[in-house]
Amino acid sequence: MKFRIYRYNPETDAAPYMQSYELPVEPAGKMLLDALLLLKEQDDSLSLRKSCREGVCGSDAMNINGRNGLACITPLSSLKEPVELRPLPGLPVIRDLIVDMTQFFKQYHSIKPYLVNNDPPPETERLQSPAQREHLNGLYECILCGCCTTACPSFWWNPDKFVGPAGLLQAYRFIADTRDQATSERLDDLEDPYRLFRCHTIMNCVDVCPKELNPTEAIGHIKDMMIRRMV
Amino acid sequence: MVNRVVVGAHYGLRDWLIQRVTAVVMAVGSLSLGGYLWLHPHPGYDGWTGLFASAPVRAFALLFLISLYYHAWIGMRDIVMDYVKPAGVRLVIHVLVILALLLYTIWSVQILWGM
Repeated sequence: MKFRIYRYNPETDAAPYMQSYELPVEPAGKMLLDALLLLKEQDDSLSLRKSCREGVCGSDAMNINGRNGLACITPLSSLKEPVELRPLPGLPVIRDLIVDMTQFFKQYHSIKPYLVNNDPPPETERLQSPAQREHLNGLYECILCGCCTTACPSFWWNPDKFVGPAGLLQAYRFIADTRDQATSERLDDLEDPYRLFRCHTIMNCVDVCPKELNPTEAIGHIKDMMIRRMV
Repeated sequence: MVNRVVVGAHYGLRDWLIQRVTAVVMAVGSLSLGGYLWLHPHPGYDGWTGLFASAPVRAFALLFLISLYYHAWIGMRDIVMDYVKPAGVRLVIHVLVILALLLYTIWSVQILWGM
């Protein structure tokens, strides 16, 4: 199979370039990550992140033939040749396919991704009814791989001010949680023209999410709650 | 002055909502005008003056135009927010856009009631 991979080592390269590789591999039953690890045996300078190799850790997010996804759960047989691999767009490149996720996690931290509850901790757990727990489905599964946020033009334009789809999905995960007591503060925090309202419903996030989550829907629910609070 | 990233101006929801409401007004206006032209394909001078002689038509036409200008203001502001980073230049562009849209509003009143 033919590959074209984005290469950049800031210590030795003046500018990024695309390097061609050829790999004698039978695509059936293999994932893109398998091919990348075989390529790394050919050329050990090729750099990428990976860990769980089964779509749970979110480390090997990259731009695959122009579309963000996880290399470990992308079947090789589904890819058109030459397979073009680039780092996630919109973030600074550290080396080859590795990007600096600092800005992404800064936005994630800004929505306070933890339960705020000032009641004394109960003996066992803070309980929820099955119906209340149901609201967290489709929200808690996010693995923070960054595919959605780095596919979002609003984030490319304002990465320092727009929270991005991954952060907003998590914001709604805590707004929707009946055990959380900071709902109003959370809504206040997002009610400015940048943090949430830079979302123009482009829906690249929904298109690329490897876990098939729907940040646009979560953003819509946050807007609904803001309106219900206002009127 | 320290140059820190500042967010938190609380008009995001209001402007987003106004943009939706003005869009509905414009959609209703456009469909109504389309319907009128479908029923009266060639209104001519008399047809148009006859239509706008009615006070509710004028009032709705003004509502349509004000919706258009307000909608345009939010759209223009969004574009400026994306592409013009220095706060001073941005403020000047915002003021110019607002003044132009206010002038258009006055002009629209003059056209609608001066016929």
